[in-house]
Amino acid sequence: MDIDTIKNRLTGWVKERYHIEPFMDIITKKTVPQHKHSVWYYFGGITLFLFITQIITGILLLFYYKSTANTAFDSVKFIMTKVEFGWLIRSIHGWSSNLMVFTVFVHMFSTFFLKAYRPPRELTWVTGVFLFFLTLGTGFTGYLLPWNELSFFATKVGTQMAGSVPYIGGFLRTILRGGEEVSDATLGRFFGFHIIVLPLCIFAVLGAHLAFVQLQGMSEPISVKERKEKKSIPFFPNFLLRDILAWMLALGVLASLAVFFPAELGKKVDPFAPTPVGIKPEWYFLWMFQALKLIPSKVFIFDGEVVGILGFGVMGLILLILPFIDIWSRKEKRSLFLTLLGIFMLVFIVVMTIWGLIDN
Amino acid sequence: MYNKKFTRRELLNYIIGISGAAFASSIIFPTLKYIIPPKGTDVDISKITAAKVGELPPNSAKVFRFGNKPAILVNTPQGVLKAFTAVCPHLNCTVQYSQEASYILCACHNGKFDLNGKVISGPPPKPLEEYKVNVTGQDIIVSKV
Repeated sequence: MDIDTIKNRLTGWVKERYHIEPFMDIITKKTVPQHKHSVWYYFGGITLFLFITQIITGILLLFYYKSTANTAFDSVKFIMTKVEFGWLIRSIHGWSSNLMVFTVFVHMFSTFFLKAYRPPRELTWVTGVFLFFLTLGTGFTGYLLPWNELSFFATKVGTQMAGSVPYIGGFLRTILRGGEEVSDATLGRFFGFHIIVLPLCIFAVLGAHLAFVQLQGMSEPISVKERKEKKSIPFFPNFLLRDILAWMLALGVLASLAVFFPAELGKKVDPFAPTPVGIKPEWYFLWMFQALKLIPSKVFIFDGEVVGILGFGVMGLILLILPFIDIWSRKEKRSLFLTLLGIFMLVFIVVMTIWGLIDN
Repeated sequence: MYNKKFTRRELLNYIIGISGAAFASSIIFPTLKYIIPPKGTDVDISKITAAKVGELPPNSAKVFRFGNKPAILVNTPQGVLKAFTAVCPHLNCTVQYSQEASYILCACHNGKFDLNGKVISGPPPKPLEEYKVNVTGQDIIVSKV
């Protein structure tokens, strides 16, 4: 029996039982536009690949990780030093999280500048921004789990930032920390958020995001849409094969980083020791960290950090509701103001990150 | 408007709506209450032996546990003992003493405090809370003012 016969029999068996034709139609008839900006389409797929890597390596880490203040650091040390390939699994988990945040940034900003959020794809954008927030949240909660000096103080600062939100800050901080201070209770909560709450939220929102993309197809940039002659390729198998090629490239980068720059263990935290000099959060929070360093203690009558945090909140809100404020995109026009705003946000993030990296 | 009569369907819809809301609250309320940690688990003390006499030479400091928060005991270059909360009022990092410059430093965002706890530079919005220091026999006792 050859492969085609097996394939036909299997499809026949499924088709007799389930009405799968509409799904097959979406996949087989879908096309992907081809133009000079097509390369940006691949970053969504790479992000998905990195997310799957996170899930698999995360499950593997769970076999040995112990989530209490007394055991967390030693269990990670055990994974890194005693378990065969433990260092590799943890390094891949760490690096894929970093790369995932990076590809989410690239995916989001490319969508921003290509105005792919314009009607009818508003909800694809909104779910995407939620995925961006969930990714940052998962990164933040996972960072504490090794219970080392760096992660402890990053969590202290991060949860205190949440505490600076007017009116609900104190409540938020207590809920996040599980008490007044970052402690064993915080570790337990962050572990729960990291391995159950946030991944479940990601699955739900990602399901909707991918469904929207499949149902509506890829957006064409305004400049391409205006053209008379358009090129496209079938989604299956042409685009999918290219996507897989991009995944393989991502795997190559990931494996190289994990092997040549394995994850570090750091120093076990002493909650009553001073914060070490040169402490910095993960690179993707560095821009906020650096901005908070530069904002003076008082801005008019308000505390500097409250102003900073409200500023970050406004940036997040603008991102979330972007399709509804970009009234120009509804008429298939590019808004120079919003493009400049996007460039300003991007430049601000990049400059602050670099400044944070070199500033001691 | 008071004479308006409900149809049976409307009445049932109201009852189902109210029951649904009650059902949802019976789940949400205990869940919310559950995630708020109980009070009274934190240790609150007002006095502690922070160090022994002679333990700290002039121009040095020690971070110690004061209840559930860190505090810092400084022996100034002039040999005066001072104590403050070690929690930076900016974003909660733990401060340290800089021997080279004789000030208190928060390494997170570069907040600097003088030896009276006042902000010299950086983003901290207020001074460090100062504690009282007493020497009783061989013990250096720090207490909340």
